[in-house]
Amino acid sequence: MLDKVTKQKLVVIGNGMAGIRTVEALLERAPDLYDITVFGSEPYGNYNRILLSPVLAGEKTVDDIMLNTVDWYEDNNITLRKGETVTMIDRRTCEVVTEAGARVPYDRLLIATGSNPIMLPLPGKELPGVIGFRDIYDVDRMIKASTDYRNAVVIGGGLLGLEAANGLMKRGMNVTVVHLLDTLMERQLDPVAGGLLRKSLEERGMLFKMPAQTQAILGEDRVTGVRFGDGTELPADLVVMAVGIRPSFELAKKAGLYCERGIVVSDTMQTYDGRIYAVGECVQHRRQTYGLVAPLFDQAKVCANHLAMKGFATYDGSVTSTKLKVTGIDLFSAGDFAPGPDKEEIVLQDANRGVYKRIILKDKKIVGAVLYGDTIDGPWYFQHLRDGTDVSHMRERLVFGAANLGDGGVSGQSSVAAMSDETEICGCNGVCKGAIVKAISEKKLFTLDDVRAHTKASSSCGSCTGLVEQVLAFTLGGDYSAAPKVKPLCKCTDHSHDDVRRVIVEQQLKTIPAVMRFMEWKTQNGCHSCRPALNYYLLATWPGEYRDDQQSRFINERVHANIQKDGTYSVVPRMWGGVTTPSELRAIADVAEKFNIPTVKVTGGQRIDLLGVKKEDLPAVWADLNDAGMVSGHAYAKGLRTVKTCVGSEWCRFGTQDSTGLGVKLEKFMWGSWTPAKVKLGVSGCPRNCAEATCKDVGVVCVDSGYEIHFAGAAGLHIKGTEFLTKVETEDEALEVIVALTQLYREEGWYLERMYKWCDRVSLEQIRKRVVDDITNRKALFARFAYSQQFSQSDPWAERASQGVDRNEFAPIAELELA
Amino acid sequence: MTSWIEIGALTDIPRLGSRVVRTPHGNIAVFRTESDEVFALDDRCPHKGGPLSQGIVHNKRVTCPLHNFVIELASGQAVAPDEGCTHTHPAKVENGVVWLSVRLAAAVG
Repeated sequence: MLDKVTKQKLVVIGNGMAGIRTVEALLERAPDLYDITVFGSEPYGNYNRILLSPVLAGEKTVDDIMLNTVDWYEDNNITLRKGETVTMIDRRTCEVVTEAGARVPYDRLLIATGSNPIMLPLPGKELPGVIGFRDIYDVDRMIKASTDYRNAVVIGGGLLGLEAANGLMKRGMNVTVVHLLDTLMERQLDPVAGGLLRKSLEERGMLFKMPAQTQAILGEDRVTGVRFGDGTELPADLVVMAVGIRPSFELAKKAGLYCERGIVVSDTMQTYDGRIYAVGECVQHRRQTYGLVAPLFDQAKVCANHLAMKGFATYDGSVTSTKLKVTGIDLFSAGDFAPGPDKEEIVLQDANRGVYKRIILKDKKIVGAVLYGDTIDGPWYFQHLRDGTDVSHMRERLVFGAANLGDGGVSGQSSVAAMSDETEICGCNGVCKGAIVKAISEKKLFTLDDVRAHTKASSSCGSCTGLVEQVLAFTLGGDYSAAPKVKPLCKCTDHSHDDVRRVIVEQQLKTIPAVMRFMEWKTQNGCHSCRPALNYYLLATWPGEYRDDQQSRFINERVHANIQKDGTYSVVPRMWGGVTTPSELRAIADVAEKFNIPTVKVTGGQRIDLLGVKKEDLPAVWADLNDAGMVSGHAYAKGLRTVKTCVGSEWCRFGTQDSTGLGVKLEKFMWGSWTPAKVKLGVSGCPRNCAEATCKDVGVVCVDSGYEIHFAGAAGLHIKGTEFLTKVETEDEALEVIVALTQLYREEGWYLERMYKWCDRVSLEQIRKRVVDDITNRKALFARFAYSQQFSQSDPWAERASQGVDRNEFAPIAELELA
Repeated sequence: MTSWIEIGALTDIPRLGSRVVRTPHGNIAVFRTESDEVFALDDRCPHKGGPLSQGIVHNKRVTCPLHNFVIELASGQAVAPDEGCTHTHPAKVENGVVWLSVRLAAAVG
């Protein structure tokens, strides 16, 4: 560890959300690298500026919105100089100079000075009673005015102005909003949604004067009114200017740093002086400035990465979404919704329900969305927008939202806002809405990961993720940042699954430690999420060369059985295509009796499950099953599980082809292969589809003229019918296509990503092109699968039962007779 | 007074793995880290009793195989924000031999 004397000095100018989020991220990555000093002009710790509106409206208190108290700075050895303003940066001596003349040296400087409200240069703007809406001080003044005075005028009909107006109205003032244009929130809303918003605000008692240009603020000792361009006047005891914000960069500019509309930064959040970084509302990145919190957090992460000297992350800009924080009004807007020649729009308008939705598409992708009245699908549209998903396959139902896309009713089934606190959100872990809301507000959570860690909601099967995200958005009141587009593989790294897979190939990395070293893993030995993923990627990339790391396997794959809640295991022998024999059944019966196996159950995949086997009995159970000719069914594997079949033409009067035979053939060829997630197949002998092939990862439906190959179905967390891939004439072709498809999935899928999710991500057309249309590629994929099978098709049970593999795994190291 | 019991060779436990010591009071899981340190805990996750010995070991932590609770090997504490603690037993390696000192009060329960 570096000692105190040699530590570098990091000075942060600005104690707001962007600066402190950067410091937090830096502490996570390199806790001992810097001595940190933070300057903040305000006399507080760091607070959540987004939530000033609810404070003004009386729905929250200042304490509710504190993010980092003074204790936090102390606990982390950060020197907080609150109430001190930096007035100069001396780049020659690498020092900052405060108002009081103190000089503080830096090795690295972070500027996070945020922004200031724009004050229109109107006559009378300096009168008492004329204020901006930016910090706790402004809010205090507004709250005080609301008790002493009656009439308020808010100049600016944007997000901030309307929130200020709503807050003042709630505090009993008579509020008029003055707006230059004839549409409210014109940067976020189209005229229709703006009109709906105006109507419902008017119903609550808000007054509007628009379009109108303010000409002067009237009054002698204190503001008394406002005069407009058309000569009319309005009485006013309080005037709030909320026409926008301006990046605060005077300090940087004075220091000679290059500034345009903000401090110009590179993709690594560095200014033109490499020692000086900048994040937040004060910066201009690729010609954009941002006034919302989500982009600031993205920037903070990148900046921290570089300050920690990891040096690979880049910030590529953000797409933002907004939600108005006025309780009872549901409004959501994201992306670019201006009409254009190459854009298409889908509009749903239901005047009676007060619902308006407009989705803007370009090149089969969502580029913008405006929702009013029913915003439940806002995060869902936004996710597709950020991910650039091809939505053409769901276009006809797109406007109705996620709930109408056959997700089995588990996501977005009703508006979270309407749910009671007792409504269960996460069925796996029994977490109610109230518990999540409480954790978000009390523990100051911002992200899905935070909520998962603190409440366990959405941390198991993940099907409630959409709902949890809605609770987050609803509780935070907006500006909630959906999961970033490129998700890191896990918390041990900033790299995505794709990055890791690519680098493994490019750099010829062949062990888990080598990958971790090269890609600068943040943890020693990774964790239970990344190690199994890396183990799979290496295994799939280097068949025959990579040695499977047992300690990076989840227990089920390590002991080739499924762990049960009481620590016993279940054993499932393979039944090829669901076909068995009297002697196999007899052997299973004998094993069950011999080892006192309490439960024998038929599975959904046409096999028999022996439940409640003690771990130390596993090798003996397998030995007996092996003796009867049975092998592991891999019921535990991220690999080929079952091939479900119907009886087909051999027995069935409707059967068109030998579905059982094809199923057995497929299973014999593909068993033992590891895949990103489990793979289940089905082969039906005719379109009556008794093997339920059209909800499997890969399904074959036999018809008189050949074999229809379907894939990307699911019947678990999500219910999804398969996509039709192609039709072939012979069994051999069917086998070749299915094997090639599986190999492509093995090479491209993310660990734990089921085939249907992979298909969603890379698109059906892409997959069809490479597996069906390009025959050379299909044959190459097939050959790679076949090559890797020669290393994986040995029965793991036999290896352990009779060849002594992992003998230590199954026996205690010692037995103690304690006195 | 601490009474040490020899339970086996260090090499009998896989690196980043675990073996179980059976006692009349329940199993004790003995873990070996990448740097050959050993730790012993009751083989019960404080969450729902899952067998920690079956979990994935990373640095000085183990993840319970049932519901992914992460437990500190040295203290037996669940990693925040999870809460809970499992009992620890002193363990050490000398000349490649693993020694365990069973804290009886802890193993019960």
